[in-house]
Amino acid sequence: MKASNRQVDGVTIVDLSGRITLGEGSVVLRDTIRDLVSKGNKKILLNLGDVTYIDSSGIGELVSAFTTVRNQNGELKLLKLTKKVHDLLQITKLYTVFDIKDDEAAAVQSFAK
Amino acid sequence: MRPYIIKRPGNVRAGIVNQRVTNRVSYSLDSTLESVNTAEQKAFEVAAKAGFGEDEQHHIGMAVREAAVNAVLHGNAYDPKKKFLVAYETTPKSLVITITDQGNGLNLDTIPDPLAPDNLMKQTGRGIFLIRSFMDEVRIRNTEPGTEITLIKHVGGKAANAKEETL
Repeated sequence: MKASNRQVDGVTIVDLSGRITLGEGSVVLRDTIRDLVSKGNKKILLNLGDVTYIDSSGIGELVSAFTTVRNQNGELKLLKLTKKVHDLLQITKLYTVFDIKDDEAAAVQSFAK
Repeated sequence: MRPYIIKRPGNVRAGIVNQRVTNRVSYSLDSTLESVNTAEQKAFEVAAKAGFGEDEQHHIGMAVREAAVNAVLHGNAYDPKKKFLVAYETTPKSLVITITDQGNGLNLDTIPDPLAPDNLMKQTGRGIFLIRSFMDEVRIRNTEPGTEITLIKHVGGKAANAKEETL
């Protein structure tokens, strides 16, 4: 999995691509979030539009990312879920836990100022 | 990776599925994450060859991945001396995949419900739940030592009708 960051109006958008699975993307995602939080980034938007696959480990890592950011009084939201990821979050009842957006501009504006 | 049983016509083991096997292939794999990927990839291939659609292939592949992760991580604990066995059996009506590890066994009673409010935000514990969600039948058996999990997907079956047995 690949991860790259960009800043838009005070929001850190993390563009993820590939697989978030045990031993692959999970570690990349964990390290990316820890690095961002340690540098004071508290408004994080995870763009999952190019994430092709998530396993239970990847789901756990998304949950961990969410709580890590929230524990620092920040916000983490998800952007552009593929159908597979959408279905997975519904099955695991996490769809209502995460704030999920489809439009990037609207997502950025939705963060607390 | 070399299969050691290929295309063995006959019947699936008694008590599992009483259908004629049209194709069977099995692999003995090392307890590594690379082997997990191998087992998953093979599941995709077998499911596609058996005629399952794209979504079903994804579900079967993911269920096998989760079961293989359990075998490697929780069962064999990455022990290089231990292997796990994956067998793919195709019948006219079903795909039957059996994954067996050499670990200490799996106690289903100790696996919390990942949908319970107290567990919803836990990082782990969703593997068996996802397997149950994606397959039509799931059977888990302690082989002492080890655990055998049998995943069954019926052609035209519905995951919503999933059944589970602990033997």
